[in-house]
Amino acid sequence: MNVASKPALGQATLDDRRLAKVSARDVDVFYGAKQALKSVSIDIRPNEVTALIGPSGCGKSTFLRCLNRMNDLIESCRVVGSIWLDGEDIYTSGLDPVQLRARVGMVFQKPNPFPKTIYDNVAYGPRIHGLSRSRAELDEIVMTSLEKAGLIDEVKDRLQEQGTGLSGGQQQRLCIARAIAVSPEVILMDEPCSALDPIATAKVEELIDELRQRYTIVIVTHSMQQAARVSQRTGFFHLGELVECGETEQIFTNPRHKLTQGYITGRFG
Amino acid sequence: MIDERTARRLARRHAAERRFKLYGMASVAVALAFLVALLVTIVGKGYTAFAQTEIAVEVSFDAGAVKEGDFAGLVKSALAARFPEVTARNEKRELFGLISSGADRVLRDMVRDDPGLIGQRRVVTLLASDDVDMVVKGHVTAESGRLNARQAEWLASLRQAGAVSLGFNTTFFTAGDSREPELAGVGGAVVGSLLAMVVTLCLAFPLGVATAVYLEEFAPKNRWTELIEVNINNLAAVPSIVFGLLGLALFLNFLNMPRSAPLVGGLVLTLMSLPVIIIASRAALKAVPPSIREAARGLGASRLQVVTHHVLPLAMPGILTGTIIATAHAIGETAPLLMIGMVAFIVDIPAGFLDPATVLPVQVYLWADSPERAFVERTSAAIMILLAFLAVMNLLAIVLRKKFERRW
Ligand SMILES: Nc1ncnc2c1ncn2[C@@H]1O[C@H](COP(=O)(O)OP(=O)(O)OP(=O)(O)O)[C@@H](O)[C@H]1O
Ligand SMILES: [Mg+2]
Repeated sequence: MNVASKPALGQATLDDRRLAKVSARDVDVFYGAKQALKSVSIDIRPNEVTALIGPSGCGKSTFLRCLNRMNDLIESCRVVGSIWLDGEDIYTSGLDPVQLRARVGMVFQKPNPFPKTIYDNVAYGPRIHGLSRSRAELDEIVMTSLEKAGLIDEVKDRLQEQGTGLSGGQQQRLCIARAIAVSPEVILMDEPCSALDPIATAKVEELIDELRQRYTIVIVTHSMQQAARVSQRTGFFHLGELVECGETEQIFTNPRHKLTQGYITGRFG
Repeated sequence: MIDERTARRLARRHAAERRFKLYGMASVAVALAFLVALLVTIVGKGYTAFAQTEIAVEVSFDAGAVKEGDFAGLVKSALAARFPEVTARNEKRELFGLISSGADRVLRDMVRDDPGLIGQRRVVTLLASDDVDMVVKGHVTAESGRLNARQAEWLASLRQAGAVSLGFNTTFFTAGDSREPELAGVGGAVVGSLLAMVVTLCLAFPLGVATAVYLEEFAPKNRWTELIEVNINNLAAVPSIVFGLLGLALFLNFLNMPRSAPLVGGLVLTLMSLPVIIIASRAALKAVPPSIREAARGLGASRLQVVTHHVLPLAMPGILTGTIIATAHAIGETAPLLMIGMVAFIVDIPAGFLDPATVLPVQVYLWADSPERAFVERTSAAIMILLAFLAVMNLLAIVLRKKFERRW
């Protein structure tokens, strides 16, 4: 396997990285002595959905978690390289991780609503960041977030019920509503549909497409179809390296790297 | 189709399962039998302590004696009037021995509440002495007990006249310790236990939870924290008397705190229950799913916010259960308190954290050591109060757990 030569790498980055919403250069990530990411460089463009695909354990989640410094929570984890958000280095510029996470939201693989009411779930972010001055303003934020997440019709009469009492798909959309309630600029989604049935998946995918108007989205997925359906750009990871990144259409119809080709056609190995 | 061998294996597996169930039920039955035996013995021995023999006599509230405060004299003259045939000095002393030496207090209280009584005659039920009490309750026969023949005769005559009755023993709940069993009560010990428990709870709960939260949520995992963890686990296994010695050396000898004080008792019990509370709290914190922490961190909550808004509320049922069980355990502890002087004979009910006091288990220990027959039932009754204390606390733990329990 000759991953070292990367003919398509030039496509992953822009000439001027300041034009990108999120820009990563030569990012290495180590868990203790083990290297999980090797020199990953990629530019995430604003108002696009970027899909990250690749076999299990190749470092997709690791990369995603670098973008809002969630890896800080793992003690053994060390990140090298530079990651910029709007031209500002998120690791060295003195930007507070707490502030960063308000700008770069995250939706996890498993729906993880707080064991609180639906209202409190969505209101939690705005509350801790002081985004509302009055109760009415907070109500407004909660309602619009639920609306944007396409959940409002299902829950508007039961806002005071437990968020954990919703179905899996509803819980995941609640988590999306919770993430967009703090008005982030970027939303990171780590396999958001892996626990959902096809109908709920379709709803979330539709939602992602709508959210693209306002937010920049990075989504990790194991479903080629999903990547093809929702994303404009796709990056393929393999063994901690970004093998190829480009327009989704191009990646799926005309991959340049034979590893990518093998993966998307299912002949992997 | 099931062939022969599979059928045999299946049968063996079912038989093993039935056997295991049987063992389980047998061990539960044995445990229950022990518990029932314990309760039956204690209740059977102790329930009579809640009643107390009283003797009704007609007292004349002589103005002169009242003025002098000689209420004991009133009791004596009432008895002398009831048995006019008793004249000899030593016989009289025996006669007065039927009534408790603390009986005059009732009369004093009566006069204080109603001064109009002075100069009048009233039938008053007076506390009988413990020797009479034992005979009336049937714990000893009149012959084998400490009453002599004459006293037994007087008692018989009083009983015939219907003057002897069993009343509810309020003294047992309100009084402090006493050399006279009929005047002794658990009131002082209960108050002492409560004061010590307040100190323990107020110190051990916040300290234990703070330690657990720091170790679980903030501390880096390195050799130092590992060392601390091992030590905490070891401390939880240290015999309680060692904590008593530590308390003696530290609080009494070094810091010069008062002996026998509930404050010091509470401090020693705090030392003892802290490791248990820390371990229970850490387990409760560990049980909170990491996904909740990630969700909150992902929204931009700081570490402290994650803990106070999400982790602690979710861990609270477990923390409270651990704390209450640890405190309940501390309440039943005797050995460390002996070391700091809480074993002293204390009559007064403590009014504050620095007053000399004793606690329930120590009271049980003291009474169990007393020679008087009447202390036997009081020992059992004090154990019943202690057990009721513990049962209430455990119930509280269950209620709190049920109340705060949440699913995710
Ligand atoms: N907390 C951690 N500690 C140590 N190693 C880790 C940790 N998290 C991930 N790794 C390692 O880093 C590598 C990349 O993991 P990562 O979770 O990023 O993979 P992934 O591409 O998201 O896989 P999947 O598709 O299965 O989710 C793996 O080899 C994994 O074993
Ligand atoms: Mg992953």
